[in-house]
Amino acid sequence: MLGTLGRHDIEELFQVIPPPVRLRKPLQLPPGLSEPEVLESLGQLAARNTAARGFRSFLGAGAYTHFAPAHIDALISRSEFFTSYTPYQPEVAQGTLQAIFEFQTMICQLTGMDVANASLYDGSTAMAEAVLMALRITGRKRIVVAGSVHPHYRDVTRTYTRNLGIEIDTAGYDTGSGQLKAEGFSLDGTTAALVVQSPNFLGGVEDLAAWSLAAHDQGALLIVVVAEPMSLALLRSPGDCGADIVVGEGQSFGIPVSYGGPYVGLFATREKYVRQMPGRLVGQAFDGQGRRGFVLTLSTREQHIRREKATSNICTNQGLFALMATIYLATMGPAGLREVAEQNWQKTAYLAGRLEGSRDAGLRFSGPFFNELVIRLRRPLPSLLARAHAEEMLAGLPLGDYYPELEDCLLTCVTEVHTRADLDQLAEVILRS
Amino acid sequence: MDGLAGMPELSEVDVVRHFTRLSTWNYGVDTGMYPLGSCTMKYNPKINEVVARIAGFAHQHPLAPAEASQGSLLVLKLFEEALCEITGMTACSLQPAAGAQGELTGMMMIRARLEERGNPRRRVLIPDSAHGTNPASAALCGYEVVTVGSNERGLVDLDGLRRAAREDAAALMLTNPNTLGLFEEQIEEIVRIVHDAGGFVYMDGANMNALVGIARPGDMGIDVMHINVHKTLSTPHGGGGPGAGPVLVSAELEPFLPVPRIVRVADDRLEASVDAPRSVGRVRAFFGNFGVIVRGLAYVAANGPEGLREIAETAVLNANYLAERLGETYDIPYRGAFMHEVVFSDKWQRACGVTNADIAKRLIDYGFHPPTMSFPLIVPGALMVEPTESNGREELDIFVDAMKSIDREARENPSILTGAPHLTRIGRLDEVAAARRPVLRWKPET
Amino acid sequence: MAQNPEDCHYTKEHEWIRVEDGTGVIGITDHAQSSLGDVVYVELPGLGDTFEPGEIFGNIESVKAVSELFMPAGGEVVEINEDLTDSPELVNTDPYNDGWLIKIRLSDEREMEALLSVTDYEEYLKEEKEK
Repeated sequence: MLGTLGRHDIEELFQVIPPPVRLRKPLQLPPGLSEPEVLESLGQLAARNTAARGFRSFLGAGAYTHFAPAHIDALISRSEFFTSYTPYQPEVAQGTLQAIFEFQTMICQLTGMDVANASLYDGSTAMAEAVLMALRITGRKRIVVAGSVHPHYRDVTRTYTRNLGIEIDTAGYDTGSGQLKAEGFSLDGTTAALVVQSPNFLGGVEDLAAWSLAAHDQGALLIVVVAEPMSLALLRSPGDCGADIVVGEGQSFGIPVSYGGPYVGLFATREKYVRQMPGRLVGQAFDGQGRRGFVLTLSTREQHIRREKATSNICTNQGLFALMATIYLATMGPAGLREVAEQNWQKTAYLAGRLEGSRDAGLRFSGPFFNELVIRLRRPLPSLLARAHAEEMLAGLPLGDYYPELEDCLLTCVTEVHTRADLDQLAEVILRS
Repeated sequence: MDGLAGMPELSEVDVVRHFTRLSTWNYGVDTGMYPLGSCTMKYNPKINEVVARIAGFAHQHPLAPAEASQGSLLVLKLFEEALCEITGMTACSLQPAAGAQGELTGMMMIRARLEERGNPRRRVLIPDSAHGTNPASAALCGYEVVTVGSNERGLVDLDGLRRAAREDAAALMLTNPNTLGLFEEQIEEIVRIVHDAGGFVYMDGANMNALVGIARPGDMGIDVMHINVHKTLSTPHGGGGPGAGPVLVSAELEPFLPVPRIVRVADDRLEASVDAPRSVGRVRAFFGNFGVIVRGLAYVAANGPEGLREIAETAVLNANYLAERLGETYDIPYRGAFMHEVVFSDKWQRACGVTNADIAKRLIDYGFHPPTMSFPLIVPGALMVEPTESNGREELDIFVDAMKSIDREARENPSILTGAPHLTRIGRLDEVAAARRPVLRWKPET
Repeated sequence: MAQNPEDCHYTKEHEWIRVEDGTGVIGITDHAQSSLGDVVYVELPGLGDTFEPGEIFGNIESVKAVSELFMPAGGEVVEINEDLTDSPELVNTDPYNDGWLIKIRLSDEREMEALLSVTDYEEYLKEEKEK
């Protein structure tokens, strides 16, 4: 091949690079490994994580351990799915395009909204994009965010908006119920949106319909954040409650927690706002012979056409993980989803029941919950966590780093993967620590 | 009718057959050559998939305490260190979920540093050959975008850059090698011009596949950059994501990296720290796309320094080989020493009434994925071809034959092209009708 | 190809305006619609919005391009072409009649003097083509 180019040495192809910036020594990296060595070396790293030892995890807080049927991984491992790229050429990408169309449809059905996009990076960035969209739609400059929205999500929104000259007010939670508190903040004619998470970071289910009225009274939008979308199978949908934008994290639908990513950001809204949406959209189309297919559409919103005036700088979606969620949802169906959601709630209620009447530990909040509880402990948290660790359990997330006033509290998540024995053992640890 | 009631009710085998059938309507890197320029559609080694699915990685919760997660934290640290070595930069954050988010993070860091110096400035300079995410990311940081022209060779016009840099410019966003596949030979002068004017140079590392082991942005004086793990480091594109877009910075910008930072608190103990008062903040929840990062680390480990350099050399050799063999059949508006890709145009075929889109659609019939056509904007009728290292000479020759054959068809029987593709399940779809009256979801018939 | 009507005034950004009883009817020219390609969406201002000459009053989109719309003259928007919501293709098929975009109450009819006549506009198109 060099001969075809009239060259003798591969080095000649790089002569345009100025000598001072050419790398003249090998990269200082370990020498290449064979396949078994790669597996061995990375396997050793993995072994240093507790998941390798089969610890039972009661951690939730935006990343949920649910059961994923085996065929999901088998199907996404079809390399026609995972080695393709963004479906710019619809004739050779109908698989990806139709799967995304099905994803958009099911996200609409779950959230009760009119349109959903092909997905964003994750729940936290989806929330930031929703806030940017609300600023565009209303032309207003102020956002009110419930303090019980996932702290990482709030941080990301702050990062995304830091150069846009807007004001973000935080609304407190009711120290009794754990739900958004009506006092202490105001919605007014300058407010672009109220952002509420339900179930919230403290496990509490919010009265979305009431907040929808309050926001709309002032011409503000209601943005609903759903970090645990399994709850959508049991609760009244955000769309039905009046949400204008619903964003969330789709990880619960068949995607492993994988130390925080990749996940799949959900984004749904009302028909009238479709042209203000960020991210890719797939739409139905027909070919010259009237055969139905799917294409990327309404692309003029996006960066590759509108450049600095685009609705977002996002380029890709999370195609493969949207596919995982689609397969999960199609497999479970309405009955399956409801059953999983009910199990989550019932098992969580069972754990709550086990703590009832104890003088050492109890529920911190009285409001309705789905699959997470804030548990207040009389005795110091570190000893409980150590004890749980000794019994190969991660008992929950200590809340002090996020809410100093809750430093004696643990956020514990129970899902369908936990058995009664697991819950009894956890309750024992909590009550005896 | 909304709510769960509208959702599908299927048996497992129904689901498996449905999605298996859908998969057969797709074309992937494993199907054949996928020369989609600027996307670096290289082979995705299967071992990486096995590694990412090891239970200790796949089922580790991101909020497990540090002592329970030393394996994951070490993966992050090792990958940060490998990327610093590959790019010659000082420090790294693996937080950004994709290249575009890396750009946004990088521009935020530049802005934060300039604010500390007392003036964030107003403008960001972007060459006219750039990818569309660059201007969109700069705008999201509150900057006005100024386009810098290219010279007749397709490289940044230095006089234009000098003028623009003096006008309150915060940064230049440079893709190197650029989207024409050309190395910015005057890189040292470009960097000097921007630095002398008090600005920073952001490098879009989308095209790093040409440079690994060959040249390092850090040695060129770049201040901040991102690298696309799903391009250069082989992680699968997944039909449009997930990717990962780590950002790398010089020492001056290190304090502004997003949180959490992975820090060594003792020889064998790592922690995720949010104690970074000058940081731009968090850009996504948790630690970035860990599952992508662990695949990238496996790729680096498998190839080592020699293997990585050979990858870059082969990718560059392949692009030059295609330019040489097709350069008399298809116009190459900007000729030069190509790096990872070459941009052809449809100029010579247009006279026969066919466009780049027709050529691209006809390539599908020959068993190839079409090249990129939507940019660079400075080439009308572009066909941006990036062969990557993952095609041997035989495959490249078959591609060359296909392209030559399509050129003949354009002259002899252009309707074959304008009606292409002929061998797919469906033909060209009416995108105009789809956009005029969008149907974005299924609804039960009423 | 539609004829460029003689009773319109033109801009170098390829908008036209026709004055009917103090009201200006505004659209894009045949040249503009043909270079844009199939129009899929038109974003228009609200009733009562007021604009200065040269201000951007909306966007017009094809599948792969967006163009901004510039005001040929100043005034207040009194009517928008509602038919374009369902049939944006009217801009392609009948740019000077059914494909009109907005009607404005003109601030100052004398602003027409600054615009191009049909002859000037066609001359301008010819020059642009030769460039």
